[in-house]
Amino acid sequence: MSQTNVLLQLSNVEQRYRSGQRTFTAVENVNFTMTEGEFVALLGPSGCGKSTLLRIITGLQKPSEGRVLYRDQPLQGVNPHATIVFQTFALFPWFSVLENVEIALKARGLPASVRIPRAMELLDRVGLDGFESAYPRELSGGMRQKVGFARAMAVEPELLCLDEPFSALDVLSAESLRNDLIELWIEGKIPTKAILMITHNIEEAIMLAGRIVVMDKGPGRIVADLPVDLPYPRQRNTAAFTALVDRVYGILAGQTQAEHLELGTAPGEPGTTRMLPQVSIGDLTGLLEHLAGLARGHADIYLLPERLGIDSDEVLRLIEAAELLGFVHVAQGDVALTPLGDTFADASILARKNIFAVRIRRLPIFKWLMAMLRASEGRSLEWDVVRTALELEFPPDEAERQLDAIVDWGRYAEVLAYDDSRALITLEPEAGVLEKQGL
Amino acid sequence: MRQRFGPYPPSTRRPGFGDLVVVLAVAAILYLGVQLAFDAPPAVQGPDIELAPPALPWYAALSVGRMTAAYLLSFLFTIAYGYAAAYNRRAETILMPLLDVLQSVPILSFLPVVLLGLSAILPEGIAAELAAIVLIFTSQVWNMTFAWYQSLTTIGKDLREASATFRFNRWLRLKWLELPFGAISLIWNSMMSWAGGWFFLMAAESYSVGERNFRLPGLGSYLQKAASDGDIQALFLGIGVLVLVVVALDQLVWRPLLAWADRFKLEMVEDQAPPTSWFYDLLQDSRLVQQLGAHLATLNERVDNWLNKRLQPLGMPQVEISQWTPLSIGVIVVLVSTVGYGAFLAVQTLFTLSLAQWLELGVALIATFLRVTVAMLIALAWTIPVGVAIGSNPTLARWLQPVVQIAASVPATALFPAFLLLFLVLPNGLNIAAVVLMLMGTQWYLLFNIIAGASAIPQDLKHTAALLHLSPAARWRTLTLPALFPFIITGAITASGGAWNASIVAEYTEFGGEIRSVMGIGATIAHATADGEFALLLAATLVMILAVVAINRLLWHRLYVLAEERFRME
Repeated sequence: MSQTNVLLQLSNVEQRYRSGQRTFTAVENVNFTMTEGEFVALLGPSGCGKSTLLRIITGLQKPSEGRVLYRDQPLQGVNPHATIVFQTFALFPWFSVLENVEIALKARGLPASVRIPRAMELLDRVGLDGFESAYPRELSGGMRQKVGFARAMAVEPELLCLDEPFSALDVLSAESLRNDLIELWIEGKIPTKAILMITHNIEEAIMLAGRIVVMDKGPGRIVADLPVDLPYPRQRNTAAFTALVDRVYGILAGQTQAEHLELGTAPGEPGTTRMLPQVSIGDLTGLLEHLAGLARGHADIYLLPERLGIDSDEVLRLIEAAELLGFVHVAQGDVALTPLGDTFADASILARKNIFAVRIRRLPIFKWLMAMLRASEGRSLEWDVVRTALELEFPPDEAERQLDAIVDWGRYAEVLAYDDSRALITLEPEAGVLEKQGL
Repeated sequence: MRQRFGPYPPSTRRPGFGDLVVVLAVAAILYLGVQLAFDAPPAVQGPDIELAPPALPWYAALSVGRMTAAYLLSFLFTIAYGYAAAYNRRAETILMPLLDVLQSVPILSFLPVVLLGLSAILPEGIAAELAAIVLIFTSQVWNMTFAWYQSLTTIGKDLREASATFRFNRWLRLKWLELPFGAISLIWNSMMSWAGGWFFLMAAESYSVGERNFRLPGLGSYLQKAASDGDIQALFLGIGVLVLVVVALDQLVWRPLLAWADRFKLEMVEDQAPPTSWFYDLLQDSRLVQQLGAHLATLNERVDNWLNKRLQPLGMPQVEISQWTPLSIGVIVVLVSTVGYGAFLAVQTLFTLSLAQWLELGVALIATFLRVTVAMLIALAWTIPVGVAIGSNPTLARWLQPVVQIAASVPATALFPAFLLLFLVLPNGLNIAAVVLMLMGTQWYLLFNIIAGASAIPQDLKHTAALLHLSPAARWRTLTLPALFPFIITGAITASGGAWNASIVAEYTEFGGEIRSVMGIGATIAHATADGEFALLLAATLVMILAVVAINRLLWHRLYVLAEERFRME
């Protein structure tokens, strides 16, 4: 793996897009090099722009700024040396398994005498012999993704890109497919020179990749680049493995900041508005109750996904929400319940709502919305009006998601009411009374 | 039967500037047609129609030929128009509002203008043929175009990215991605278009006003002649042949196509009851067809290879935002000024009408509106109970569904001569016949939608209603009617359009050498055509178009939005 065989080079790549008068940055200042023989995992929470980066690398999308070099040549259009295995498989439902693999070869003008044997051979290699004439809808998710792998490898790409290839599969299928992939890769059974895998699953990245590039959001950027020097096949419960998992969780979960930094600023004001993570209140309560049951309300974050039966991305989102509300404190990959979080976990349903209401009223985005509602007639505003206002800070679809989260949290805390048929957000009267009492 | 039957989604777009432009353009085109109509020959002698049974196959072939020609035209138009609208942002902003208005325009109201205009510049026979084909085309094309545009714009991003990464060129993208993706929706809409096409073909083949007889040799004119001569035997024979043709097309063309197209369905689950066709199974087992298939596969490979060498792989589709070029600006300026000038002249012509004539138009419009309303109410009154009965009772559905489908396959306009024979002996007979014709044209859409709606009511809700001991009345109020609402609205939108169309042929008719007519906007259009009052013809046609577009926008679109937002079960 000498440094001279550079396959891919991104320098100062930036992706912006315009929405109305505003410009939003999806990824910025990305510098990244891949050489032959590397298996790189691009890891990050949802919304960090890792999919955007994959589309830039494969040439499906042109970056707003910066250069993409493939074997020292600027990339023009779709990269002919790269293929993608899609999260959603992206199989053509009207083609049989064989035809799905064949079309990749046919589009490159290969005659039937070459393409059919090659397609058959690849299906054989991924363990799908006997299913050539089946249609994708007849197969399980794991088998569909095997077709996806066979199709991507059929054209013998130098760079194989995997876009969250295992995240739509059930746990067992995903595990067995990961093992198959690793076997094909380390035994050199495929002519692929390098693999780039997008994932939000920390264990998966450490299980497979030789190098992990960690991205974070707001705006999307690379925050760490770590080698994984563990021999294959890798065991999850070795000390070296868990140490690395812990370290990556530490990077992604960050460090609880001083409160004014943690909360950010209101929309439209200078500074960044903190986005509300997309979590359900029920799940958040579940996390806090789980922590309350542990000694000192303290846990290693990396242990939580397995214990709670959810994936790492969701654990990080839940912790982010709990941190934002002041229920937990995060440091060095560990999470600890604050006294407030402990009270919340022990409280009755009504008391929880009260604590929650008090906490969300501290968030600048809620302060901002409540001030707007108080100033408006009937203490109500139409959904679309608030969303448009939020679009000053967020791109349109994120504004919609943020408003969804605000209304969801606000309804739980009985701070806001929402009338679906009229699409009207209203400030709950009790909230007004409580505020006047200075609560 | 989850398929809903109706025009493509009444858009939720607010009426805007685009609509005004479209209406002005329609006025300008109508004006041009009316101008041409001044030169139309004052008397047109239609061809003689033979009532002897041996002539029937020939007439049937002529009718099917007209339908096929119009359908092919519709298909090509659909592909091209949909492509332009889906891949060019600027074209989209003009083409989609245009389509939206065009699909709600009552097509038959154009018939007199098109016929007169074409007969002024072409020999009569050719003009009538062309007018019939244009008419059928305009009745078939909009829902197909909508369906195609919709499927082009809903192709998943992942399939598009796969097509780009695996280096499809334009031809492969059409053949492997776009056509398969839209196949089922195109076939369903083609079937609907054919059904609608028969309605207009029958009307066009037997159209005559005053001294001008525009009829064409075909099943429509055969039926009209038979009824007019009081030849009951020929009338039944003609209807029998028509039903036979419609059923044969269904069994030999559409059902096999649907069975074949099952592979193009997008759901990633196996269907419980995939569409089947005995004829398709027969074809698949035939040695001859298999050999033909092998030859076609070789040819297909050659075509692919030939095109592969000539076409470049495509990237992701860029939604083009074309730049203004001097040429495009020039074209637009010329178009706008032509439309503007035409619309100006049209308005000028309208001003030659007296106030009394306008009042008369208003009264005529109200009369037709009342007839349409009565027909709709009668249709609702019987289709809701019957539809619910069929939809919630699988045994009944198995027996009645085919009967209903055959009954529905007879175009109402083909039966109109028979109604005249029946009702003209009664006092106010044409009025009854007109309402019955509208009813025949409207009720099936309602019935099919209500059956579909009733069979889609979830079983658990029915159980809940039973467990709560709701009275039958309460059950209708709380479950059945709300659940049916979106389906009733979809059916009613199509039905209302059909009823307005029917008024053109229903309110004025020549029967047994005698002209009968009732007060109504359709009759006004026919009288104006017969008497050469072209200003009135223009005014009446425009008034009818505006009325129908307004009803669609103000009433149906709102109800549709309400139905989709509040009452949809999915």
